[in-house]
Amino acid sequence: MKDSKLHFRTPLITTPFHARTSAANKLNAWAPWAGYTTALSYSDETMEYTALRNQAGLYDLSPMVKYAITGPDALRFLNRLTLRDVSKLQPGNVHYTAWCDDAGKLIDDGTLFHLAPGRYRLCCQERHLPWLLDSAIGFDVSIEDESEKVAALSLQGPCSFAILARAGLEAAQGLKPFQLMDFAFDGGMLTISRTGFTADLGYELWTTPQAALSLWDHLMVKGADHGLRPIGTTALNMTRIEAGFMIANMDFVSATTALRPDRLRSPFDMGLEWMIDFNKGHFNGRAALKREKESGSTKWAFVGLDIEGNVEAEHALIYDNRKTEVGHITASLWSPTVKRNIALAMLRRPYHAERSGNLWVEIYALRELEYHKLMVKAQVVPRQFFNPPRRRANPPGLY
Amino acid sequence: MPSFDAIVIGAGINGLAAAGRLAMAGARVTVLESAPAAGGMANLAHLSTGIDHRIEKALDLASHGLEWAEPNVASTALSASGNHLTLKGAFGESIEGTLSAADKAAWTALRRDLLGNAAALAPFKEMTPPRLARDHGANIWDLVRNGLALRRMGRDRLREFMRLMLINVHDVLEDELGDDRLKGLLAFDTVLGHHAGPRSPNSLLGLYHRISSRVQGRQAALALPRGGMTSVIAAMQKALSTRGVTLRFNAQVNTIRVDDDRVQSVTLANGDTLTADVVVSALHPATTLMTLVGAPQFDTGVVRRVQNIRSRGTTSRLTLKLKSMPDFRGANLRTRLVIAPSSRAVEEAFNAVKYGAFSPAPVMEIVIPGAFMPEADSDGPTLSALVQYAPVDLRMGWARGRGAFLKVIMEQLEAHAPGLGALVTSADLVTPADVAMRYGAPGGQWHHAELSVEQMLFLRPAIGMAQYSTPVRGLYLASAATHPGGGVAGSAGWNAAGQAIAGGGAA
Repeated sequence: MKDSKLHFRTPLITTPFHARTSAANKLNAWAPWAGYTTALSYSDETMEYTALRNQAGLYDLSPMVKYAITGPDALRFLNRLTLRDVSKLQPGNVHYTAWCDDAGKLIDDGTLFHLAPGRYRLCCQERHLPWLLDSAIGFDVSIEDESEKVAALSLQGPCSFAILARAGLEAAQGLKPFQLMDFAFDGGMLTISRTGFTADLGYELWTTPQAALSLWDHLMVKGADHGLRPIGTTALNMTRIEAGFMIANMDFVSATTALRPDRLRSPFDMGLEWMIDFNKGHFNGRAALKREKESGSTKWAFVGLDIEGNVEAEHALIYDNRKTEVGHITASLWSPTVKRNIALAMLRRPYHAERSGNLWVEIYALRELEYHKLMVKAQVVPRQFFNPPRRRANPPGLY
Repeated sequence: MPSFDAIVIGAGINGLAAAGRLAMAGARVTVLESAPAAGGMANLAHLSTGIDHRIEKALDLASHGLEWAEPNVASTALSASGNHLTLKGAFGESIEGTLSAADKAAWTALRRDLLGNAAALAPFKEMTPPRLARDHGANIWDLVRNGLALRRMGRDRLREFMRLMLINVHDVLEDELGDDRLKGLLAFDTVLGHHAGPRSPNSLLGLYHRISSRVQGRQAALALPRGGMTSVIAAMQKALSTRGVTLRFNAQVNTIRVDDDRVQSVTLANGDTLTADVVVSALHPATTLMTLVGAPQFDTGVVRRVQNIRSRGTTSRLTLKLKSMPDFRGANLRTRLVIAPSSRAVEEAFNAVKYGAFSPAPVMEIVIPGAFMPEADSDGPTLSALVQYAPVDLRMGWARGRGAFLKVIMEQLEAHAPGLGALVTSADLVTPADVAMRYGAPGGQWHHAELSVEQMLFLRPAIGMAQYSTPVRGLYLASAATHPGGGVAGSAGWNAAGQAIAGGGAA
């Protein structure tokens, strides 16, 4: 039988770094991500988190869904697909964006890379090829799922630039946040972007699967003195909560998969309204979003919460005056860095602002096989719990 | 730049009907037609199942020359052995020919039920489909009123009505009738113009659609206009010109310009640009929205729905010029002649198109206008046939397939009218591929969009566009792909103009 028909025998495939990640994974803690086997943690998630915040961590980003978008109409197509004005995205730059269905409800968010004039890469959490292809009808554009053709690593943490410099990639010093640059590496091409999911100084490195292992080895060797270590998803997720970043189907349900009408979220609900450019011409959801803006019918607000105590409030319900249910928590963490009990939450308006004074979180704390119900006070705060100046410093710090 | 209140694209029956209603509401109307003459796909039809009575009355078509050569054409179910069956009057009021007493009684009962059910559905055809979503309930009351009218049938009749709503015609015929000729004729009438066989799910709806219409108040009648179907169009043209409507022929629309989700103007192939507050397009929704406006102007969900409107044509029109009148084994030529030996034969003819081939034994209806109107035949009689089935995308290709398909049609004709082949002086076959090309109707479907239950009422032509409106304010759809569908009736165009006048739509 043809190999392509035997895919069911490997429900999860491995990334180009698997030879190294599996050797490093002492806990054998794996989880599926976008069809790949990925490490949850390698040896100690606390140490991995600590490395991310104090040294540097190396995260296998390869399962990230990646689309190559090229052709004469690539810019027009992306302007029709996404909320932001792509004509402002110069080659060599990246921007964070999102896209909606006809009803102006979020399908996904992601980063758009302008790799070279007219050549773009869209990175996101979920797969959207049918939506992209149908959106491309009437445009002279080519769209290809290049997820398997690109091997990617995320090098994050205060020492990340110092490690790049040691690795012979000191030219990355010129990269400001959301900029990218090409390097020759191991006879092939390496693209480095100053992007990441940790709200700290950090870079993402994009290369071919062939060069993957030599890139890993090179960085691990050059980074040893700075305490570079492989990072699993658990530690990375802690830092992204501190950063206040959202993930499709964790903080909101993608419009393509939501079954319940009240699960749909608009960019206004998720605090992404700053992306919307109503003056760039037609884009998906424009009419609906315009109506939402004009009618002020936005129902939800995506906020940060500072919760009393130190018990994580995973998926907890939020009440006004201990009585009326007004929202729920989508991600929570006792943050070792900011030393607070933090959470990302969906609140019904106006409990996110005018009426946020009396919010309570109902936590079921599991203590030796028994739930203890806690009702603790919570305060609405900006979603960025951790946002150090070194994240934006130019040139990047050489720690 | 000349400025107009309303532009109608396409001078077929629906475009003309829309233009008439717009003009009566005081709009200055220009109709743009790419062909040198009006009519569009109405020119493919050879009998009328009735013009929408609202149009006939409002435009006073009778005073503008609409006249029926025969307002109640009988039908003959041809038998290859000459044992024909003739259904006289509207939908077989009486039957001539050898038929068992049991079948005659069964037919009387079935006919009464089918006509009754179709009549109950007729009001739904006239109404603009309501929107079921909250906050759009304006004409939900039409639906409620029509629904309550159904309730008045009484419980037992309503139950029977519901049973016969989504059934296939083959099962009904097998249940009720015995005679193959009669069953073949009814099966044919059900599927004529559709991408369906008698056994296709919900096929009976096709028959209801056909027999719910009226000619001069007579339900389910077939009529032949004096001068043929083009005279219907001619009468409408005259009616429109008295109301100040401008018709421009050879005026191919290339683009509809949209700005900020509002229609601005249309541009012709010759470069002329006409601005308008309202543009009503009687072209297929896919042509209007995807080609003239362009997919980039619409949200992806809309593009998907429009691209997925099913529009598979199966019907061809054959026109033969003859040296003299043919002889269909003694059949009365002043009737519509139907070659459909049995319901099974119709179903088997349909099988071929599923595999990209034409029917090896096609079924067809034949009209010889000269038999009704001797004055029509100055240069010898004409035989016109609507033939099924052939797909638009014939696997062998139409370049090669045209001759082959014509050959099997001629064999079928010859079997029922020996010697007919020798009388032919010229033959013109219009295949679904020709229809698609000539009339800009993707798929070559005579109803633009297939008339199947999942593309009816609120779902026609697509979800969110059932009220003739589009996401572009000021742009309306009047194509046969909108409710209630095709047939040379003009209802879709009339309703669309009503919505445009009300300024409704613009979701």
